[in-house]
Amino acid sequence: MENRMTIRKWYWVWDFEKEENLLNEMAMNGWVLESVGFCTYHFIRCEPGEYNVRTEMHPYDEAYVQFMQDTGAEYVGRMMMWIYFRKKTADGKFDLFSDIDSRISHLDKIGRVLSAIGGANLLIGLVNSFSPARFGWINLVCATFLMYALGRIHGKKEALEKERLLRE
Amino acid sequence: MPDSLALTESTYYILLSLLSPQHGYAIMQQTEEMSRGRVKLAAGTLYGALNSLCEKGWIIQLPVEDGSRRKEYRLTEKGKAILVHEIERLRELADNGERKLKEA
Repeated sequence: MENRMTIRKWYWVWDFEKEENLLNEMAMNGWVLESVGFCTYHFIRCEPGEYNVRTEMHPYDEAYVQFMQDTGAEYVGRMMMWIYFRKKTADGKFDLFSDIDSRISHLDKIGRVLSAIGGANLLIGLVNSFSPARFGWINLVCATFLMYALGRIHGKKEALEKERLLRE
Repeated sequence: MPDSLALTESTYYILLSLLSPQHGYAIMQQTEEMSRGRVKLAAGTLYGALNSLCEKGWIIQLPVEDGSRRKEYRLTEKGKAILVHEIERLRELADNGERKLKEA
């Protein structure tokens, strides 16, 4: 029986929860995330339901990985600015966020990154539109798309803010 | 932050745990214990909260001892004052609730 499996899949940034769901479904079926690559997920055999997997956007931060390991989580890897952890189900419930405020800060973090990349593309696009290179439109398309992504993230944030009016 | 604002449950229990020096994982365990399993601080939430509480000066990070890799934190005087103020606010909430329920 094969002990390793690779899945190639693309997720839009606003679908990070779907990505996490897939990783947890895989773990439920006896395949736990072992490492990550660009749009690539490598799994290894585990007992069905042995692990919970979590992911979040978090800039490189050695202290954070250390902190997570102290709480019993295992560091799986990172791709772009996303970091992946797993924890044995037997070692307790595994969530990265336990209140609405920290979920909102996470979305803010994603929003800041999208704005920065989007803004840079807009600037480069505008500058190149007036240059002989004429590739400016590529950056303008990227900028438009990143602004759309920002809108999706903002929508998620608004839903949480509405909920926070009534509870924590 | 104006004094009239309520602390979140996470912040409240973090401050309460840090009356004596603790590392992150101990804060999670103490919080769960004190609330009899009701409040579970997730690691990402706690990490973010510890950093912002340090920035506000409500808690401080203690110098890391040789041979230990875990960072410990402790409440400052400012943090303690905020905690005391919050306990008074919570008492008012609970007292008002009980009084009104008895009247009804």
